[in-house]
Amino acid sequence: MLLLAALDGLAYGSLIFLVAVGLSLIFGVLGIVNVAHGSFYAIGAYVAAAGVLAISAAGLPTWLAFPTLLIAAALVGILVGGLVEIALLRRVYGKEEVLQLIVTFAVFMILEDAQKVVFGVQPYFANAPMNWLGTVEVFGIFYTTYQLILMPLVAAAVLLGLRFFLRRTSFGRAIVAVTQDREAATAMGIDAARVYLITFIIGASLAALGGALASATTSLTPGIGAGTLVLSFAVAATAGLGRIEGAAVAALLIGLGRSVAVYFAPEFDVLIPYLIMMLVLLVRPQGLFSTVQTRKV
Amino acid sequence: MVRQLVFGAALIAALAVFPLFSPWSTVILTVALCEGLAALGIMVLLRAGQVSFGHGLFFAFSAYAVAFMAAAKVGHEALILIPVGMAASGLLAAIVGLFVVRYRAIFFGMLNLAISMVFFSLLEKLFSITGGADGKRVPRPTFAGIEFGREQFELATFYVTLVLCILAALFVARYLLSPGGKALEAIKSNETRLEYLGVSPRKVLYGAYLLSGLLAGLGGAIIALVSGHVTPELAYWVRSGEFVFIAILGGIGGVAGPFLGALMFQIIRGYAAVYAPETWHAVLGVMLLVIIFFAPAGLYGIVAGKAGKAQREEGGR
Repeated sequence: MLLLAALDGLAYGSLIFLVAVGLSLIFGVLGIVNVAHGSFYAIGAYVAAAGVLAISAAGLPTWLAFPTLLIAAALVGILVGGLVEIALLRRVYGKEEVLQLIVTFAVFMILEDAQKVVFGVQPYFANAPMNWLGTVEVFGIFYTTYQLILMPLVAAAVLLGLRFFLRRTSFGRAIVAVTQDREAATAMGIDAARVYLITFIIGASLAALGGALASATTSLTPGIGAGTLVLSFAVAATAGLGRIEGAAVAALLIGLGRSVAVYFAPEFDVLIPYLIMMLVLLVRPQGLFSTVQTRKV
Repeated sequence: MVRQLVFGAALIAALAVFPLFSPWSTVILTVALCEGLAALGIMVLLRAGQVSFGHGLFFAFSAYAVAFMAAAKVGHEALILIPVGMAASGLLAAIVGLFVVRYRAIFFGMLNLAISMVFFSLLEKLFSITGGADGKRVPRPTFAGIEFGREQFELATFYVTLVLCILAALFVARYLLSPGGKALEAIKSNETRLEYLGVSPRKVLYGAYLLSGLLAGLGGAIIALVSGHVTPELAYWVRSGEFVFIAILGGIGGVAGPFLGALMFQIIRGYAAVYAPETWHAVLGVMLLVIIFFAPAGLYGIVAGKAGKAQREEGGR
């Protein structure tokens, strides 16, 4: 039981990490907590599921589903994420935090309903990719390869990829420079507006990728966006907003905590992530891995 | 000031006579006033630049306190149940406030959300005590010792609520002008300077949090009585989001704002339920964006007009 819970936790943690790291990245660079982040997850999941279902309906080989998941995530990130940034967020940079929160909250409400209109309210099943990969045996327990190997693998790839991207590539360094000091970076010839847009698209795509991966493992119903948002915020806040490696640790922690709860106290599985977040924040108000912020008079 | 009083009096007078001509509106207006009270609580926090996405907690806590009391026949009297529900929320706010006033901005908003969601899931999962998702029925209590029929009860509740709202609005207006209220605005503009003045921002915010919890509790207690039924939905984050929406819609420039916003919200919800039942949240979202980008002072700002605007600019942010 405990082993099964641990495996579940690993799979679940990987998923939440993808969403939370996107949230964290956007906050780290743009300084905005994107409440609409959960919607990117949900829309990514729906688009991916629709793509996978279309592939099986057309009789195409199942392995095509995997590139479809990636394409769905990128499409949602670029189209929906890009649109939100250009049309709305651009106008509120540097304004009051409350205002930014409320703008993304409004986007969230709009996207939730838009998704109901486009995809309907009936549940979606698209578990073909998961079945296709089969199962593996771990200490006598059969578990799907998809959840045990593919999902953690994608999460690890994203973690390493982001680290490499931010530290070694010139565009990644430009992002870090803008994070540190937007004015100085602009003076050095960095196009801050472009950095913001691309960061937001990357963050949104990561959330959509989380959704796309999740679409094979569960049935999709309206409301998954809200649940995921709060969970990924719990992860990002537990880690300290803007911390990428910390998000991985916190995601595992909360993923494990939640799946242990599912097996041993199923009534309270919803409660656990909030409890973990509350406990961590009570001890370390800025999160586990945060650095001290300078205060300006 | 005179302008505000005239405007407030006009609003009250219009509200007071409305149910006499159209009895169907009594409950709707009472609900609007209750949500206005919760939004007034949100507005107090917004003055400090803090937003809570979890005030459904206090709304629901008070409502359930009233439901349990009424079911246990402890207090079968509305005039006892309302203050007791309010006190229960005040007590809860006093405890929760100890923790949340250490946080600002997003942490403040989301910690409130997390706590309210913990309460929400407890309400849903502890079926044997709370009745789960079906909620609990609230038997109709007496009013000042008198057993009313349904319509008279609704009308009496409405007028009592109206009076309570006026008292609450006057109290909050007075509070915002007091040193504590002024310090609240200083938290928004520059907290560190406030500390240099020897004022503890935490204490200031704690006071405001307590007040906002009490206001939400008052609204929750009345809504439990007037709807005769409480459900976990009262603590759900969407409900808390509505309070924020109402406060922004009405504007935080004056205490009449949240009530104006609440009335407008009921109208929008009524129309949206008819014309866009599937997408009325999207309608709200679009309106929220329009208000933020084109009328940042809210409805109150529009009604109060240029005079109010000039005054605010003069006073600085």
